[in-house]
Amino acid sequence: MRNFATLTRMRIQLTLRNKMFLFFTVLMPFGFFFLYAGVFAKGQPLVVKFFLGPVVALTVMGSFWGLSAALVTFREQGILRRFHVTPVTASDMLASSIVANYVLMFPTVFLEFVFARAVFHVTNFGDLLATFILISIGTVSFASLGLVVASITNTMQETQVINQLLWLPLIFLSGATFPLVFLPKMVQKVSLFLPATYLVQGLRRAIFESAPLWDHNVLISLGSLVCWAILTFFLSAQLFRWEPEVKVRRNAKLLVIATAIPFLLLGLWENKFGNITSQAQSAFDSLNGPPKSAPPPDAPK
Amino acid sequence: MGNSILEVENLVKSYGAVQAVRGVSFSVQEGEVFGLLGPNGAGKTSTVEILEGLRDPDSGRVSVCGLDPQRDSQALKHEIGAALQSTSLPDKLRVMEALRLFSSFYKRRRNPEELLKRFGLEEKRNAFYSQLSGGQKQRLALAMALVNDPKVLFFDEPTAGLDPQVRREIYDIIEELKGEKKTIVMTTHYIEEAERLCDRVAIVDHGKVVALGTPRELKTRSGGSTRIEVRLARPEPDGALKNLDGVADAREVGGAYVLHSHRPPQTIVAIVKHLEAQGNELVSLEIASPSLEDVFIEMTGRRLRD
Repeated sequence: MRNFATLTRMRIQLTLRNKMFLFFTVLMPFGFFFLYAGVFAKGQPLVVKFFLGPVVALTVMGSFWGLSAALVTFREQGILRRFHVTPVTASDMLASSIVANYVLMFPTVFLEFVFARAVFHVTNFGDLLATFILISIGTVSFASLGLVVASITNTMQETQVINQLLWLPLIFLSGATFPLVFLPKMVQKVSLFLPATYLVQGLRRAIFESAPLWDHNVLISLGSLVCWAILTFFLSAQLFRWEPEVKVRRNAKLLVIATAIPFLLLGLWENKFGNITSQAQSAFDSLNGPPKSAPPPDAPK
Repeated sequence: MGNSILEVENLVKSYGAVQAVRGVSFSVQEGEVFGLLGPNGAGKTSTVEILEGLRDPDSGRVSVCGLDPQRDSQALKHEIGAALQSTSLPDKLRVMEALRLFSSFYKRRRNPEELLKRFGLEEKRNAFYSQLSGGQKQRLALAMALVNDPKVLFFDEPTAGLDPQVRREIYDIIEELKGEKKTIVMTTHYIEEAERLCDRVAIVDHGKVVALGTPRELKTRSGGSTRIEVRLARPEPDGALKNLDGVADAREVGGAYVLHSHRPPQTIVAIVKHLEAQGNELVSLEIASPSLEDVFIEMTGRRLRD
């Protein structure tokens, strides 16, 4: 436990000294934020609120990028090797990565909400508890995804290729960039198999529609992301390698596919019985037409 | 035997088709500096990494401080300290932070301030790791090996790649540790290092211990004789030089002939006479007291530095 704590402190310190961090964890998310809020939403509070979910989801999902790169660099440079001769365990190393990432991510997300209020006059952020828990679970689960990427790649180049391959579908098919309703029906079906969709749509539901923690679809988002975080963390601990010379185990890729099983099943089920896409549709429609139910307190004048 | 703190019996380790360690056995006494001397790729690092619990052996028995590195690796890690080959620290970690961080991992700890002073890193306490010179990095690596006041220290090629002056600094540090009766297991491919620092040396080649003893024992075993190295204008037939006066052993190594002689003056006269009779010419002649290099040549037929 103590090793975990001191490692977490070191990771936070090192990340704060890293200029790349500043770019990926601070500048890029704020860039997205102002692009969405200022350009897409044209500064209208209700629309900014609608896009807040996707923006926060993007910030949170970005975790896997930096985390996989950091861990692979540590391994390639023989830094992990040095820790290996100490009593530090693989779980200490991995858990400290996740917690450090969480601590560093949170101020950025918090500031996004502050800006939404101060700059774009969004006065109501929906259900705060559900939002907070979704953000937390999302950060942890996407950080774990980064750890898995680090454990199934041998070199930094491979890591970056996999990151790119993951990033594009995650942001384009989940509703994080274009609202889900803009996507063709076929693609919407595919998006129901992606973890990112559950994060983006869960956040939309909690922030925009003020859905509480026990809302059916919020629970589905939370439950699936928790399962996924546990599976990916467990897998990354299993596949963890301290030494640069030790290559990925052959069965590793199979195990990675295993972590996708929860979303495979959930996707099938949601495609058949779920209402996530229709909810996304009506949420989007409410931006244009007059809302059917009582207008939210911060509706555009 | 006294109290051996470390024992290795019939250690075997392969990587795929390559057998890196092929039945290595030795034991190390408490307070001893034990050296594994051999060329690169001889299996020294693999052996040491198994002892540290970083790799699992294929077969063989290993005990360090009474613990099995495979089964009790967690307990063992509290008892050992290591300066590994090809490791580094994060670029943006400061010297003092590194010492503090690593000492925080252990139950038993030494004062990081004292280590900083002792390894001459006081001025660098707030420097980033990336700002240190090669010698400073190595001194920090040795200091970090001591943060838990370990019972056994492992130094894997502690001076590889350092310039001669820095190398001497590292020798001084290791000699000081030796004075404190620390048990040290070190690997090296430098003869000078093994002769100067080690109480006992195991000469390792192709994954096997080919000779083991104190540097003095090993040298006397190699005939305790003077080494004469000659280069000739034309090659001599095998064995022709072996029969000369006083010669205990003669072999060709990389174009030169290395002879060991109990009576150097007589041997030199004999060589000159022999060459005259054969119509051959002497290109160069060197005389040296025997070193561990000779032992290595004798055991393997090759030079250490090849």
